[in-house]
Amino acid sequence: MFDRLTDTFNGLFKKLSGQSAISEKNVADAMDEVRTALLEADVHLQVVNDFCERVKQDALGRQVTKSLKPAQEMIGIVHERLVELLGGRPMHMPKALAESGELAVASSVYAAGEEEPPIPRISPGPTIIMMCGLQGSGKTTTCGKLAAYLKKRGRSVMLAAADLQRPAAVEQLHTVAEQVNTDLPGGAQVHFYSEPDKVAAYGKAVGVAVGVCQRALAAAQRQGVDTLILDTAGRLHINDELMGELEQVRRFVQPHQVYLVVDSMTGQDAVNSAKAFHEKLEIDGVILTKYDSDTRGGAALSVKHITGAPIKFVGIGEKLDALEEFHAERVAGRILGMGDVVSLVEKAQEQVSLEDAEKLQQKMAKGEMTMDDFLSQMRTLRKMGPLKQLLGLLPGVGSMMKEVNIDDKQLDRLEAIVCSMTKAERRSPSMIDTPRRRRIAAGSGTQPNDVGQLVKQFETVNKLSKQMASMTTSGKMKAMKELGSASPDPGFNPFASRGSTHSSSVKDRFKKRKR
Amino acid sequence: MAFFKSVISKLKKGLERTRETLVTGLRSMLLGRRLDEGLISELEARLLQSDVGVKTTARLITSIREQFRAGKIESGDQVLEFIKTDLKNLWPPADRELRTAAPGAGPTVILMTGVNGVGKTTSIAKLCWLLRSQGRTVLLGACDTFRAGAVRQLEIWSERLGVDLVKGQQGGDPAAVAFDACAAAKARGVDVLILDTAGRLHTQDSLMRQLSKICGVVNRQIPGGPHEVLLVLDATSGQSALRQAEEFSKSAGVTGIFLAKLDGTAKGGVVVAIRDATSIPVKFIGVGETPEDIETFEPAAFVDALFSA
Repeated sequence: MFDRLTDTFNGLFKKLSGQSAISEKNVADAMDEVRTALLEADVHLQVVNDFCERVKQDALGRQVTKSLKPAQEMIGIVHERLVELLGGRPMHMPKALAESGELAVASSVYAAGEEEPPIPRISPGPTIIMMCGLQGSGKTTTCGKLAAYLKKRGRSVMLAAADLQRPAAVEQLHTVAEQVNTDLPGGAQVHFYSEPDKVAAYGKAVGVAVGVCQRALAAAQRQGVDTLILDTAGRLHINDELMGELEQVRRFVQPHQVYLVVDSMTGQDAVNSAKAFHEKLEIDGVILTKYDSDTRGGAALSVKHITGAPIKFVGIGEKLDALEEFHAERVAGRILGMGDVVSLVEKAQEQVSLEDAEKLQQKMAKGEMTMDDFLSQMRTLRKMGPLKQLLGLLPGVGSMMKEVNIDDKQLDRLEAIVCSMTKAERRSPSMIDTPRRRRIAAGSGTQPNDVGQLVKQFETVNKLSKQMASMTTSGKMKAMKELGSASPDPGFNPFASRGSTHSSSVKDRFKKRKR
Repeated sequence: MAFFKSVISKLKKGLERTRETLVTGLRSMLLGRRLDEGLISELEARLLQSDVGVKTTARLITSIREQFRAGKIESGDQVLEFIKTDLKNLWPPADRELRTAAPGAGPTVILMTGVNGVGKTTSIAKLCWLLRSQGRTVLLGACDTFRAGAVRQLEIWSERLGVDLVKGQQGGDPAAVAFDACAAAKARGVDVLILDTAGRLHTQDSLMRQLSKICGVVNRQIPGGPHEVLLVLDATSGQSALRQAEEFSKSAGVTGIFLAKLDGTAKGGVVVAIRDATSIPVKFIGVGETPEDIETFEPAAFVDALFSA
């Protein structure tokens, strides 16, 4: 997401940083490029013009042209204004961050800006959430994701099927509710409420949903669920009859939160529909779906600007746990290619306990890491999401990874190799000789070479981590560099596999950058 | 004649919003005004807001500006004419026809693809209705085995429209369903087989490869198929649709666009950008919720309706 924008900004800042002095004209030219990039990302024209004007004013006002490090100053201004545009509190970004993008700084800065939970808990319950939006924006799937999000946090949920128009919408929500209830983590129950006999063809059952929602609320109160989520039918914002139905639901059920679900691939029209929904229903928040699509997502920037309602969540994948809280500062950082280390750390914290992490660190320091540790580490990593998504959160890596395809299947292969080893082999991989290599390869459906490579890499890492534990910070950096440039095996790369040229290109490009 | 009348009135009905929001604006903005730099930049803003894209807008604006400086265009009326002609010429009639299998060569296969939530299943119901009204026999194949309720959704449409449906297991291999559907289509001797596929983002390589696999399976079963690969686009979508067109073409060889949801306030202007960049034609438009709300794409009518209010 936002890749093109990131590219444009990166190119711009590079250009600006090459200049010792920046003229007003430089700034104006730069903003022209930003304007085009934002328009290509489907940000609404009016929003684009406002944004560019403000950045320009700031730049001139703060006399960027006279600053010692004009490019950094510009990044700071753009970052601030982006955060504002995305709905966060504007704040100063320390220059150090803009210059180095160093991890430690980044996390300490971002961690400071924590706010209240995105979905308030109303007492006495249930907290009522109403979902609305155009057809095909992803309401039903998002209902499931919200239920999973709440379940994980120990809040019980009832999903109510108030979409009586689209064929099989009720069945879809039912399936989703069951999936969340049985397959996803968390201690709370997910209930489902529907009245299948009320379903009718499009435009035939207008108004019936109001009654369904009221009865769903009664059922939710009886069962004492924490949160009730109403899945309404998709509708056009210009269909007065159907919009009237939503207004009635709002009046009679009085939801505490009304969320507008918006497809991130929407064009300039996003503003029209968001405005119409907001005028009728006073939405409390926006959920952006299909955010994993590609470079765009300009709707994210426009909708907040037009409605004033914050973006609460983003949907980032097909699976029911692929929902993320939206943090303006972090996303602004991602757009500017600074990565999003906080989100990465959070993802890690969800999967790894501090204790486990410390244990592993001690093992690594002694060079005692076994293949079993490696395996469990890899599995934990994979639980955090697709590798490409994770790497994209690292500063500077996102733009580098853009054209690289990381096939998570290659990790399957690595897992298979380790799983085909005996317990003894996993403890001391050095005992793996040629016959053992062959056996492991046969067992995991790989080639003996692959097994050899994995073992070699594993041993190198083990050795290095032992050395690094006793080094100073600068020594560590040096060691990392050595690891990158002078690894014993030119194919050193955990993702390397037969017939794949993708991974070598990452390495090559990484090397180029280092020079 | 009555048929044509209904077509035109429906088209107008569907496009009313389109006209009102952008294009009436464009018309009232241009008519009766002298052309100057101010008007040109107003025009640029309007074009950008209609999702036709930065490149297409730049192309139109540059040539308008050139002709303005050369003294060939002086008034807003002429600009309007110029834009209309330019857009109409984008879609020659030849490539808008639905491709079919050679006579006697077995069923025509239409594969429907697109990202999530663009309206594939509803568009299939529409296409099905259109083909049936032309007296052709239709079979549906439910290859969306992924999304909960997708098969059931198509099944309900097939019951309402009175056509047969081939389905598989929820979560099963969509290519296997495609295989079964092709076999059934051949055995039953139907004219057209329409395959529904799961919505997939064009950025997901594995899912795009799955789509290529489905095409391959169809092709082995019915040589020459799929004869038509329709990319369903949401009229509200922005410049991302351009990437969708490119990526789906790579994986499945898109032959045409089904532009859905034209009954909103969205302008569907992105098809202009797509045509400019990839040459993929628009074949059908969807203008409502019922199966009858489908029209074949007529650029002249499209552009005229766009500018006529």
